Amino acid sequence: MTPFHAMLAKELRCLGVSPVVYVVGAIFLFVSGLIAYLMVANAGQQAVRLLQIQNAYPPLNLNALVFRPLFYSLEFVLMFLLPVLTMRVLAEERKLLTFELLLTSPIGINEIISAKYMSVLLVYLGLLSLTGLTPLLLSFSSSFHWGGIATGYMALALQGGLFLACGVLASAMTDNQVVAAFLSFGIILVTGLIGEMGSVLGDTTIGHILSYLSFREHYDRLVRGLVEARDVVYYLSGIVLMLFTAHRVVDAHRWQ
Amino acid sequence: MITVQHISKRYGTHTALRDVTFHVDKGEILAFLGPNGAGKTTTMRILACAMPPSEGRATVAGFTCLEQPVEVKRRLGYLPETPPLYQELTVDEYLTFAGRLKGLTSPRLASRKANVIDQVELGDVHHRVIGHLSRGYRQRVGLAQALIHDPPVLILDEPTVGLDPKQIIAIRTLIKSLATSHTIILSTHVLSEATAVCDRVVIIHQGRIVAEDTPEQLSARLRQSETMSLTVKQPTPDWQERLKMLPGVLNVFPGSTPHTCTIDCHLQQDLRATLSQFVVSQGYGLLELKPLSLSLEDVFLQLTQQDETPGMDASDYPAPFSSSPPHQRERTSV
Repeated sequence: MTPFHAMLAKELRCLGVSPVVYVVGAIFLFVSGLIAYLMVANAGQQAVRLLQIQNAYPPLNLNALVFRPLFYSLEFVLMFLLPVLTMRVLAEERKLLTFELLLTSPIGINEIISAKYMSVLLVYLGLLSLTGLTPLLLSFSSSFHWGGIATGYMALALQGGLFLACGVLASAMTDNQVVAAFLSFGIILVTGLIGEMGSVLGDTTIGHILSYLSFREHYDRLVRGLVEARDVVYYLSGIVLMLFTAHRVVDAHRWQ
Repeated sequence: MITVQHISKRYGTHTALRDVTFHVDKGEILAFLGPNGAGKTTTMRILACAMPPSEGRATVAGFTCLEQPVEVKRRLGYLPETPPLYQELTVDEYLTFAGRLKGLTSPRLASRKANVIDQVELGDVHHRVIGHLSRGYRQRVGLAQALIHDPPVLILDEPTVGLDPKQIIAIRTLIKSLATSHTIILSTHVLSEATAVCDRVVIIHQGRIVAEDTPEQLSARLRQSETMSLTVKQPTPDWQERLKMLPGVLNVFPGSTPHTCTIDCHLQQDLRATLSQFVVSQGYGLLELKPLSLSLEDVFLQLTQQDETPGMDASDYPAPFSSSPPHQRERTSV
């Protein structure tokens, strides 16, 4: 077991006894289940209406009626919930002065940060996989394209990964967990809004740059089932950039 | 084993350490003394590679802290002022984590863990959650963490804070027993601890080293006169004036009651016989006559209360006690 694995195991252990994780998990699962139910109920009502007009069972596109709206709604849920999951990762260590142990042990800052990121990512992916119950249950009574579900989950995983990386960066900047949560929420919100700015500016160079920098259009394409390398590259480079900046921030703190 | 050469540390405009130089030999215990904010913790954090110095060079076991931090950290156990503990882990889990973080692998980890739990007497709480432990236990868990990988160099920032007297003695004994195979730097506020445990003392004040020597040498070198305390039964109004006339007596200071006084004599002159004879012959009624010596507390106060002149070092001690009665009292043996 390398220091990285030890760090990861300890982080998962601490997350496992943290009430924050259970609260975030419960809210996330409840809200995603509720949204899924509302979407399915809505699709059912539409089906009844179509049945009355056409007097025949219409073919319903569940991908468009249920899953795509579900994935769009979950994006907002993640914006609020993931900063809470990441707020403690580095801020708490600094506050409780346990960071001294890590700084004086033969483990690099990059290993510390990647282990911490990995731990929250694993928790998030675990929660996300539980929402897989919705398509699984629906598949017994209806038919839809699994491909669209797969790209949707890929979008959620990448989007969540990026939000978590923003959260780790915010947590590296302060020793106050509340400040860290709001900071990462702010970073995520601004990154989302510059996409809106890009679409306002329209077909200009700056407009294109702003749209590319925001996760909105990348997420949108993936949810609609378009898997393109540039979107995946956007997310992965965004995650690396956030974690690298977190590394620099932690290193800079050592000098103060 | 440890060398510190011309280390300075600045935080913005504030200078925490100025040109600090000292060394610790293998197997030696060095005490770091100084008032709060003197720069003790800064020096220790630099040695533990938690923080880089602004200037200068520090080496531990032949490796420089700035260029080979990983090699230094493998050979060094560090106990910060606040023990770095995760409240939600049990003592066992915590020590496993600390051991693996420091590169121990399974079979050796198990034996080292058993060893340190035994050394710092954590046997009865090793399965308990750290958040539920008392302060003394937490301090010991912190110490166990520093010892877990059996490092040749130990840096302990106030290791006995928060312990009860029995535990303090146990930890001191442990530190002393470690000294044969380890090199130890410890910082402390408790001066008697330095006298009890350490081979050498470095007194640091406002970021500078103001003295470095053995506790005994320090007190001897600072002493400018022999001092005695005298208590009599029936003093006359002019008894202190008359004592001052005696050959060899430098000065006489009134004590806390009219019956006592403190007498400064020339160095290396034992005036006890003369004084007792004089007191008896005058019919004052001799009750008590005893020599006073400088304790480490006095040395410490002397050095840190002096308003520092730049460039002062161990060879250039501040002025001797002058007109006011010195901070001399009986040496409280420890």
